[in-house]
Amino acid sequence: MGWLNILIQGGLLGGFYALFAIGLSMSFGIMRLVNIAHGDLIVLAAYVGLIVTQSTGLDPFASLLIVVPVMFALGYALQRGLLNSTLSGGLLPPLLVTFGISIIIQNGLLQGFGAYDHRLQEGAIETASLRLPGGIDIGIYPLLVFVVAVLAIASLQLLFYRTRLGRAFRAVSDDPGTAELMGIDDRKLYALALGIAMVFTAIAGVLFGIRTIFAPLAGPIRLILAFEAVIIGGLGSLWGTLIGGVVLGVAQAIGAALDPNWQILAGHLAFLAILIVRPSGLFPRTRD
Amino acid sequence: MSLLRTHNLSAFYGDFQALFEINVAVEDGETVAIIGANGAGKTTFLRTVAGAIASAAEAVVFDGKAVGHLPPHEIVRLGIAMVPEGRRLFPSLTVEENLLLGTHSERKGPWTLKRVYELFPRLYDLRHLPAPALSGGQQQMAAIGRGLMANPRLLLCDELSLGLAPVVIRDIYQCLGAITAEGTTVVLVEQDINRALDASVRFYCFQEGRLALAAPTANFDRAAITAAYFGL
Repeated sequence: MGWLNILIQGGLLGGFYALFAIGLSMSFGIMRLVNIAHGDLIVLAAYVGLIVTQSTGLDPFASLLIVVPVMFALGYALQRGLLNSTLSGGLLPPLLVTFGISIIIQNGLLQGFGAYDHRLQEGAIETASLRLPGGIDIGIYPLLVFVVAVLAIASLQLLFYRTRLGRAFRAVSDDPGTAELMGIDDRKLYALALGIAMVFTAIAGVLFGIRTIFAPLAGPIRLILAFEAVIIGGLGSLWGTLIGGVVLGVAQAIGAALDPNWQILAGHLAFLAILIVRPSGLFPRTRD
Repeated sequence: MSLLRTHNLSAFYGDFQALFEINVAVEDGETVAIIGANGAGKTTFLRTVAGAIASAAEAVVFDGKAVGHLPPHEIVRLGIAMVPEGRRLFPSLTVEENLLLGTHSERKGPWTLKRVYELFPRLYDLRHLPAPALSGGQQQMAAIGRGLMANPRLLLCDELSLGLAPVVIRDIYQCLGAITAEGTTVVLVEQDINRALDASVRFYCFQEGRLALAAPTANFDRAAITAAYFGL
């Protein structure tokens, strides 16, 4: 196994981490909301996918047609009904409230599904691979996930920089008070923002459920990976988040190549190293 | 009927009372100045009218409708736009995007991007620059343009001259004529008394949160203003 192979496999894994991180990056970027429940919402989306596939017989990809609107509605309602009222009191209230939501989701899932491992079955694509010249095998599924992550970020960039709604998002991110003087209802906009963030959380959750087994307590690890990707990339930059995910994935792949026990640790070490060298991340607040 | 009328308007920052029973009336189409020393409550007054500071519903009546209790995004939809103190352009947006933000009030009227660029031709060349790249005067033009894009019936201008060179201030006040010519009513808050009085037909002088003097500007008595301004 050559180093090129390690880089490619790690990079593809990074697409996964980026996908985990998009929702987190968005809700922090727009409303400065540090969503501790983000990882659990990813897992919740996987369970919603499980319910849909089991009750309708749809395959997991098709289940997104239902999971995505459900998670959008959940995000909208959560922000409108609960999180908006935490945003005026500083950094601590949203942290505490989302921490509470995290516990509620974990225990709700334990209650409803038990502590068993579940998995979404998508069939042959899970194991299919593509042989590149040079003898490197690329899994079709990781490649697909990477492409989805890139498309997701590209579409969000289009939303932010080419639409009226995106302009409003950026204005509110800059200065909510002045944005409101211009006619923007920031509470409604925040609800829409978390709704949209949850669209990507839904996609991440279902794709995660196809890739590996999941259980009710799988959320916090996803949260940490997502956090690391966001912070490596630089707060507020979506392309940075993709790079952050790739850095994390490559570091893990290198760690795993040296010693399989080092995979997770290597990712965290890379995160710490970047935090020391560039505390604000690689691409803080870029305007690409 | 006045376009804007306040009835015993009081405003608070927490427990601190910043305005005491202010009664102001602004007629449709006129330009009114509010002057006063630092801390007199001028900006608080504008922010209360714009909805950024809550007040009793009946304390602010706009076009016959009690609006004191409404949030800012609803007030601007009714036709009150604000050019805030210190410009407050959105730093991560371009000049043109800042102007377009004004259209979120969803109001139709004479002011479009094209008209704003006609009024401030320099902004057209700078339209793709990020707002912080502009000079103070250009930023003030963009902030006025953004307010106009809301097609307001009443434009609240807070310290247009703040931190600007005299020649730039003169340019900006010249443009104010074109704005009022469209029938837009303007309330100017200024520390620069002469500038404010030249541009307005009437003025109110605030002092420590209270109304100290209200008079037409045409034959104002300098000594009376000084007394009201400084509370002598």
